[in-house]
Amino acid sequence: MSAPAVVPPRFRRPPHSRIHTEKWAWLFMRASGALLIVLIFTHLFVNLMTGNGISAIDFGFVAGKWANPLWKWWDAAMLVLAMIHGTNGMRLLVNDYARTRWVRRTLKSALAAAFTLVVVLGSLVIFTFDPCPEGAAATDLNAAVCASITHTATTSEAP
Amino acid sequence: MPGGSSLYKSGTGMWMWVAHRTTGVAVFFFLLIHVTDTALVRVSPEAYNQVIGLYKNPFMGLVESGLVAAIIFHALNGLRIISVDVWEWANRHQNRLAWAVWILWIIAMAGFLPRHLGHVFGGE
Ligand code: HEM
Repeated sequence: MSAPAVVPPRFRRPPHSRIHTEKWAWLFMRASGALLIVLIFTHLFVNLMTGNGISAIDFGFVAGKWANPLWKWWDAAMLVLAMIHGTNGMRLLVNDYARTRWVRRTLKSALAAAFTLVVVLGSLVIFTFDPCPEGAAATDLNAAVCASITHTATTSEAP
Repeated sequence: MPGGSSLYKSGTGMWMWVAHRTTGVAVFFFLLIHVTDTALVRVSPEAYNQVIGLYKNPFMGLVESGLVAAIIFHALNGLRIISVDVWEWANRHQNRLAWAVWILWIIAMAGFLPRHLGHVFGGE
């Protein structure tokens, strides 16, 4: 007998659902993975490799980045994609290792709760961020960002 | 894999799979923590600066290096998985691609580690 031919892998998890959920999940893992490489590698490079890296990260640094809507949306996209990808990945582990229906259900509920909490919290933080909160020590703030904000505020006041 | 009777059975593929799983889980839990620490910017600048200051100590500098190592491995190996799934040639050369993953990982870490550890331990 000749050696068995290597058959290209086909997706093989038990089909629980009617609408090919697992097929879409499989595809999503690959599509989001490809996007996350760009999102995460840029994130790591800008935050840890440029300037003074980790030493330069503080409130003012965040204010500087989020003054630009591009970085807000960058971080939001990373948050949502990584959370869906990661949570779905954890779901695959639960399917593989959790033996009883009760354990499976409990762990999946915990995953769903963690997912909702982190995505909601993270999005709120990004989009309600206040770079110059009242009462904060000026030394903790990003002077340039706050100056440009008071500047726009005063100019828009003068009619 | 000449002579290999299976793609798994403790061959390279299995260890790459174990590493992919482990790094995925580690990065997932870090992400939960990381969103929470970043959320402190909404509490107060002092609170954020204080907690982010913890990331700058030498011990955490090493933990971060481990996390960056994990995500870079997971990302590169993820590309290998994707190409093996969609590309016949890659499917036939999985082991060669596994080497490519490790070589690219070493190159990336060689670029990252000196700089990051310099910031953490060099005090600049
Ligand atoms: C940087 C880009 C990334 C790429 C290219 C990538 C790629 C992949 C791929 C192709 C899979 C296999 C999916 C399957 O078996 O159907 C996977 C699984 C997984 N990923 Fe990622 N991923 C990335 C980032 C992340 C991040 C940021 C997290 C955590 C938040 C994560 C957590 C996981 C987990 C937990 C699994 C499941 C592992 C398993 O089933 O064995 N990944 N990833």
